[in-house]
Amino acid sequence: MRPLCIILATFIALIGAGKHAFAESTYMFPFTNPYEATVIEAPPEFQADISQKISQRIINLKVFPKRKIPKVFWYENGLPCSLTYQDHKAPLIFIIAGTGARYDSPKMIDLQHVFYKAGFHVVSISSPTHMDFVINASSSMVPGDLAEDAEDLYRVMRLAMKQIATQIAVTNYYLTGYSLGGIQSAFVSKLDEEQQQFKFRKVLLINPPVSLYRSVSILDRLLDDNIPGGLNNFKPWLDEVMQNLSDIYKEMGYFEFSGEYIYKVHERYPRREPFLRAIIGLSFRMSSSNMIFAADIMNGGGYITPTNAEMDYATSLTPYAMVACRTTFSDYFHQYLFPYARQYNPDLTEEQLISRLSLNFIEPYLGKADKIGILHNQDDIILDPGDIDYIRQLFGPRAQIYPSGGHCGNMNHPDVVRFMTHFFSVEGD
Amino acid sequence: MTGRIMMTTLIPMVLCAGLLLAGCSTLPRTTVETEPPLRKYEDLVDNGRIHPLEIYDPLEGLNRGTYRFNYYFDKYIFLPVVSAYDFVLPNYVEDRISNFVDNVFEFNNLLNNLLQGKLYGTGITLSRLVINSTVGIGGLWDPATSWGMHQQPEDFGQTLGHYGAGEGPYLILPILGPSNLRDTIGIAGDAASFAGVGPVAWVENNAASRSFTGVSSVDRRHRQSFRYYQSGSPFEYELVRLFYTKKRELEISR
Repeated sequence: MRPLCIILATFIALIGAGKHAFAESTYMFPFTNPYEATVIEAPPEFQADISQKISQRIINLKVFPKRKIPKVFWYENGLPCSLTYQDHKAPLIFIIAGTGARYDSPKMIDLQHVFYKAGFHVVSISSPTHMDFVINASSSMVPGDLAEDAEDLYRVMRLAMKQIATQIAVTNYYLTGYSLGGIQSAFVSKLDEEQQQFKFRKVLLINPPVSLYRSVSILDRLLDDNIPGGLNNFKPWLDEVMQNLSDIYKEMGYFEFSGEYIYKVHERYPRREPFLRAIIGLSFRMSSSNMIFAADIMNGGGYITPTNAEMDYATSLTPYAMVACRTTFSDYFHQYLFPYARQYNPDLTEEQLISRLSLNFIEPYLGKADKIGILHNQDDIILDPGDIDYIRQLFGPRAQIYPSGGHCGNMNHPDVVRFMTHFFSVEGD
Repeated sequence: MTGRIMMTTLIPMVLCAGLLLAGCSTLPRTTVETEPPLRKYEDLVDNGRIHPLEIYDPLEGLNRGTYRFNYYFDKYIFLPVVSAYDFVLPNYVEDRISNFVDNVFEFNNLLNNLLQGKLYGTGITLSRLVINSTVGIGGLWDPATSWGMHQQPEDFGQTLGHYGAGEGPYLILPILGPSNLRDTIGIAGDAASFAGVGPVAWVENNAASRSFTGVSSVDRRHRQSFRYYQSGSPFEYELVRLFYTKKRELEISR
């Protein structure tokens, strides 16, 4: 009998392993270059069909009703989040956006559709690095400290639930987030273990950094290394881009701002990796500039804006934009976030703060929290060599690693969508 | 056409707004306690070079005021009308309207392709006009695009640019949004030709022209996905200014 058991067990294990290998080997993604994967939208055959009519409304949260918002932010009036709701009792999932992204950014809209289709109510929250969040929902108004950001997010989630509690019926709570929102999900989940407000059933980290500091340093460098001379020499770079666009326009005979058009252009012209790298770097720099300006104004200035200066709708912000885009996230970390954190903890060193902003910092929790899964790509550009091995080691079978996809480039790939849906629905709710 | 609204109502509005805001400074109000920041413009920005973000904008205070006006107009008037339009009409009907509006405005594309001596563009536009007006049943459908004849958009601002006119100071127009002196003259020129020798003159029916003006304005806002402050950037004014300027350069260089 025993040999039979062993054979049977081996056979089952083999099927399991085979299934695993099968899943990874049949996964097809059109881009083998991670920068292409990150920037360029995959053609429709590599996107899950998730379009459908959804019921949605915006919840505007006044987290700190007494907070006085400076006049320069005349358009700010609370933190908007969205609720996508089922018309029956259902589980609810919170989704946290990536760096600088709003609750309704394209990736967030995709996730809303995926989870709505899977039968969830979905509450979408802007990133704590988004200007709306910094101004309206951050307690310190100095984003970047993951533990503090998690408390801010938790407060927002509780408040959102309070506002919608009478309108929807919820069975259980779930949580996910991509990129920076992914690592924040891990910290929020840990906080929830202490506070027990939601008792998240399952949490999925999508393409999170392993170390926030290392990832932002990589992204900071993408701009400076790929635009010769940096932003002070931006004009020749932009002129060249415009010249290329003009040639493309002439050759294609028309121009439209769509993923499909960009893919066509990409297919027609040889790959230019430095350009793609620069685009990612620029986009990240814009996000961090927005965050830094918001944080500095909310804290009375002194970093990139003068102190005791009143700005309003007519104030030209161009000089501050020029300074902000010459300020890296790493600059912000050393010159703003670290001095802020040290106010409350004079013995804190930069190394300690860096290590606090990482998955390693909550490793004991992540190692044993069976409800937490992670979805990542082998070629994600925000990771350093060795990070994927670390993730595999820490999460074991709870890690789903795709061979390609860059940074969040495959989030709407049919296989990935199927995995996400499956991850949250195995328990049956 | 939207240009008509501008000529009759917007120009006086700009002037009034200009008078109200003329004293606006674009510098922050400071006190004796004001201290410069740690990271200063003088230290970080190389003054010997041209920076694309710094676009000639001598009326910036006024423009920012108009930008804010447009934000509120959009929020409380334009977008509610657009969402009512969206709610009442099925997508299918909306698409027919969009095609119809585009087909009527082919007049301006045709005229400006001609003015710039662009034979290819003129030929394509003429073919589009004929095909879409006949096979496309009065312009309700756009078979020409699916046959590979893409729209050749040209306006009078582009014509002026084509012949070397500089863009002049950057302007934010009420309701119409970002522009510059050259393109504002262009809008007026297009509106005048559209009304004087174009479709409005052919129809000779004020009610029809006026309803077309209304419908086309809503249709265009409906198709424009821009929403104020969805960019998540406190520097949205600067970004729109850069994007508009570069987009126009691109359109003119074509």
